[in-house]
Amino acid sequence: MTLDIEMHHAFPGFALDVDFSAPAGVTALFGRSGAGKTSIVNAVAGLMRPRFGRVVLAGRTLTDTASGIWVPPHRRRIGYVFQEDRLFPHLSVAQNLAYGRGRQRDAGEFDRVVDMLAIAPLLTRQPASLSGGERQRVAIGRALLANPDLLLMDEPLASLDEARKAEILPYLERLRDEAGIPILYVSHSASEVARLATTIVVIHDGRVSRIGAARDILADPEAVPMLGQRDAGAVIDATVARHDAQDGLTELSVAAGRLVLPLIDAAPGTRLRIRIGAHDVIIAKELPRDISALNILPVTVTRIHQGEGPGAAVGLDAGGDHLLARITRRSVRSLNLEPGLACYAIIKSTAIAPQDIGRKAGDRLDRS
Amino acid sequence: MDILSTQEWQAVALSLRVSLWATLCSLPPGIAVALVLARGRFPGRQLLNGIVHLPLILPPVVTGYLLLTTFGTKGPVGGLLEQCCGIVFAFRWTGAALAAGIMAFPLMVRSIRLAIEAVDPKLEQAAATLGASPFRVFATVTLPLVMPGILAGSILAFARAMGEFGATITFVSNIPGQTQTLPSAIYAFLQVPGGEASALRLVAISVAIAMTALLVSEAIAARIARRIAGS
Repeated sequence: MTLDIEMHHAFPGFALDVDFSAPAGVTALFGRSGAGKTSIVNAVAGLMRPRFGRVVLAGRTLTDTASGIWVPPHRRRIGYVFQEDRLFPHLSVAQNLAYGRGRQRDAGEFDRVVDMLAIAPLLTRQPASLSGGERQRVAIGRALLANPDLLLMDEPLASLDEARKAEILPYLERLRDEAGIPILYVSHSASEVARLATTIVVIHDGRVSRIGAARDILADPEAVPMLGQRDAGAVIDATVARHDAQDGLTELSVAAGRLVLPLIDAAPGTRLRIRIGAHDVIIAKELPRDISALNILPVTVTRIHQGEGPGAAVGLDAGGDHLLARITRRSVRSLNLEPGLACYAIIKSTAIAPQDIGRKAGDRLDRS
Repeated sequence: MDILSTQEWQAVALSLRVSLWATLCSLPPGIAVALVLARGRFPGRQLLNGIVHLPLILPPVVTGYLLLTTFGTKGPVGGLLEQCCGIVFAFRWTGAALAAGIMAFPLMVRSIRLAIEAVDPKLEQAAATLGASPFRVFATVTLPLVMPGILAGSILAFARAMGEFGATITFVSNIPGQTQTLPSAIYAFLQVPGGEASALRLVAISVAIAMTALLVSEAIAARIARRIAGS
């Protein structure tokens, strides 16, 4: 199922001009605040009419200004999880969840969604008595239970603190792997996108500045300035090999060898998706000895991107996986780094935070 | 029957009937006009707003006179209604209800309009994305959230209708048992020697009815607020 979007719309002091397709899986609309992401999502939902534009979902034309086609929002079968939960304050959680179920066919669906989001204990409560994380989970459930063909999520975690984000992210991963519908996910957080997205569309000043598979974009040195210098980082697949309970470490096997990280609560064999921040990767030309860092992977330099600032983004190939290192231009010069050069990537175990470790997307949605 | 004379009872009963009908019949157009004023964007909105508010700022006697010329048996609308449907307003309790309803209308509309403006349109958008048609959105989201405002507006309108005097006495006169409402009766009793006792009893009843209406509305509003605030 594909979503095709084309829109041109002039806002006061800002023009939106985009044309892209979102394949199955989670497509992240990534960009700074005010880049036009929410307007795109609103146009898809039918909450906003673009001056010129076309929205086609799986061959069904929802908006086409050229031929005057306009499907009203309630006939689009598009679920929307807003930045604020927008739960109906006068209805209980169960009534909120049931609101869109007129479209529902499968009776077991309710239990499945309630179970997936762990909201069964909340059903009799009123929205006002829920915590922010609980409210957002209910909002996700409500959108899912309307049985949509596409799910829009506009920064669903933005209004939550770090602890609540960490609470919801695993549910979003399950959603990606189990709901089986495409998701258009708006975010300006690189770590969120790294954890969830299968496709990334970078929106910059109202235009699509980059589009591609998530791991390619995240590992692309040229994309670093758009993703944000501080937030850049590539994603690699890993499998839990064994745990070392004594030292409190988990050993993972990755394409380029072994990766040792602080203990991860996952059984051996579990496939994970690990984000390695670009500023946490050190490059050495010789195999370092007597060094505290536990992870040293043999890599090859693929690309180097130098911008205006003192930094440079270096793309690395680690046995087929992509890594990204952010180092200074001075280091690039003194090490004579250039594409094709074999060297070593050094990664501190403690640099990988729990929110950088996610479950790997189900194979069905892995690559689109 | 011992406490009040027949004429006093008639006035109380008539006032309650007139005010109740005035409030009930004003509700549907009141909600509609409030909705149009709160949400509509069309030329002439300010004009509509002005016309709705006219009874509030005009001298009640003027409103009563205008009603008489329009809805009287010789008036354009009144004559038509009598011929086609047999409905007569002039010098009947129905006329008193019409006058009370028109005088109370702006207060009702104001209260409902404020409540509608306080409803977050984002909730209505969310309902639409869940597949609710515009009518269902109104019935299941907007209306329940506006309910406290509708309630407050109705109580206000009812109280205003109970107190209506100037337009009523101009339009339908002051006929005991026909058009003599509480305020008209109080006025009439004060005009005759020895009527003070009757007037005082009716004043007490007026106060009691107004207080009861207010307390009931406060209680219902508190219940709605509790339900929305959770647990």
